[in-house]
Amino acid sequence: MPEHDKVLEVENLTLKFGGLTALDDVSFHINEGEILGLIGPNGAGKTTCFNAITGVYKPTSGTIRFKGESLAGKKRFQITQAGIARTFQNIRLFPTMTALENVLVGTDAQHSTGIFSALFRLPKHRREEAEGHDRAMELLRFMGIQRHADELAANLSYGDQRRLEIARAMATNPKLICLDEPAAGFNPEEKRVLMDLIRKVRDQGYTVLLIEHDMRLVMGVTDRIVVLEFGKLIAEGSPAEIRDNPAVIAAYLGVEEEDAS
Amino acid sequence: MSPRTAGFTSRLVALPKPVKIVGWIALALLAYALPLLEPPLISTPGVDFGGVLFTVTMYGLVALGLNIVVGYAGLLDLGYVGFYAIGAYTVAILTSFHANWPLLLALPVGMLATLAGGVLLGAPTLRVRGDYLAIVTLGFGEIIRYVAINSEWLGTQKGISNIARPPSLELFEIPHLNWDTGVPLLDFNDTTTFVEFGVLDQIPYYWMGLTVVIVVLIADKLIKDSRVGRAWEATREDEDAAELMGVPTFRYKLLAFATGAFVGGLAGGLYASRQNFINPQSFLLMFSILFLAAVVIGGQGNRWGVLVGAVLVAYLPQRFREFDDFRVLVFGLALVALAILRPEGLFPPRRTVRAKQLEQELDGLEDGHDETDGQEAVRA
Repeated sequence: MPEHDKVLEVENLTLKFGGLTALDDVSFHINEGEILGLIGPNGAGKTTCFNAITGVYKPTSGTIRFKGESLAGKKRFQITQAGIARTFQNIRLFPTMTALENVLVGTDAQHSTGIFSALFRLPKHRREEAEGHDRAMELLRFMGIQRHADELAANLSYGDQRRLEIARAMATNPKLICLDEPAAGFNPEEKRVLMDLIRKVRDQGYTVLLIEHDMRLVMGVTDRIVVLEFGKLIAEGSPAEIRDNPAVIAAYLGVEEEDAS
Repeated sequence: MSPRTAGFTSRLVALPKPVKIVGWIALALLAYALPLLEPPLISTPGVDFGGVLFTVTMYGLVALGLNIVVGYAGLLDLGYVGFYAIGAYTVAILTSFHANWPLLLALPVGMLATLAGGVLLGAPTLRVRGDYLAIVTLGFGEIIRYVAINSEWLGTQKGISNIARPPSLELFEIPHLNWDTGVPLLDFNDTTTFVEFGVLDQIPYYWMGLTVVIVVLIADKLIKDSRVGRAWEATREDEDAAELMGVPTFRYKLLAFATGAFVGGLAGGLYASRQNFINPQSFLLMFSILFLAAVVIGGQGNRWGVLVGAVLVAYLPQRFREFDDFRVLVFGLALVALAILRPEGLFPPRRTVRAKQLEQELDGLEDGHDETDGQEAVRA
């Protein structure tokens, strides 16, 4: 596979908090236009891995390359502006802002209006406001929550808040979008709808990194899966391969299947 | 947020634009005419009404500036009087103590100096959050005052006098109203010269202050309704999430600090010019607290709310001067009552009212939009 097709390359990523090793020598990559599932039991290091990719944590060792460029030393907002967006496992919207404004903050990542453009209503301000507004409404419509555009984010239902988080992340116009358990707390029907939506997100040209607990859903929606356990990568492959991998079954599926049935 | 006032506000918002513009102009004219009308009950017995109104506009200006820092960006600043002092001292030095500049030249320099002060204070300190920032800024306000006290170059305790006044332009005289007989009568023995910045008549200073407040109010709205305002609000609500959505939060916090300082410096410069004299006693910690009280009482984050807060904090103690020292006690009690009854301030930002109004517009738009959207069926 040619080098440029890899959107993200994680190489020998290790992250230690004091004596605790949260991620131990993890390597994987994400190809352009695919949906990669990141799974593992609780505490396996999935969210830590997200945090390392988006610049929240600094890797103890190892490198993360995005479109061939190392992310080391980049600030969080620079990583977002470069094209990696994320949602949060625990919803973190801006509660006193409307749904539309939440998404507008996302679109602003690609804008450059400053205080003078705003103060004197320069053409740049007008153009970017109009563009941002159109894009934000389009995304709200895409997520099916345009009716709530002008409600405060805090007043949205739980499910709509999760959808709004995805819209806000997409608004930053990322190449790679990282979804941290976007279906947490959803009922099976809602989950199914959301997974269809994630496929649509990919079809729009985004590359998706997905953390999800529900095995059946992950199997259905992803192109490839990476499995973490206790901070170590234990398997990587297509959903079918992962399903038959003895290590994964031992670490994860056995327990999960019992819970599910 | 009582439903009655909410209804009133939305009805106001729903008025046609020409009506609104006329309404605003009428309100502004009334505000300008207030010291000439000298309405009974409202005007201050025993204190010059024009002077009190000028003080009110300065508090309004400071409240608007501090609201950017505290209300929009969520940075607790307990040393705002420091910026006020930098503006005042710069104007004082340039127009009287060390040079002879005209006020209109010294004032912008004072504002730029304050802006620089804001950046210099903010750059190292905005890395700390919450309570720590409050402590650091508190120290800053006091340091500025002690520098003034201990430096010969800034006039020490004696202060600086003969600060330049704004240039006068004596065009015509406007009579005041006289209410002595119970009916308002034009009193041609009591007139204000438009516009003479003298010693006795404070009203032209009020007009100047009011004009500046209106300009800052408009600028505040233009900045808030933009990418900058959204970035401030997002940073205030969740700094980490904002950063991960591409907002350079540190830069925006610094911008809020600098913008707030800029306005504070402007207020300080105007204050120095009106007073004609300043000394370190004019910039006590007490003022930082009063400024913050104006913002918090009014409802931080709402520009009209903080203006109301400023009016209350600056005006009420002057109106009820006859109660002497008790007014401070009453003021304290009022603050405590407010904290219990309306912890969000008298007029917290009313986002929801605007939200509802926009929703109706959107419903209108959606009716024209065909329903091929796949998500629509899912939601139903």
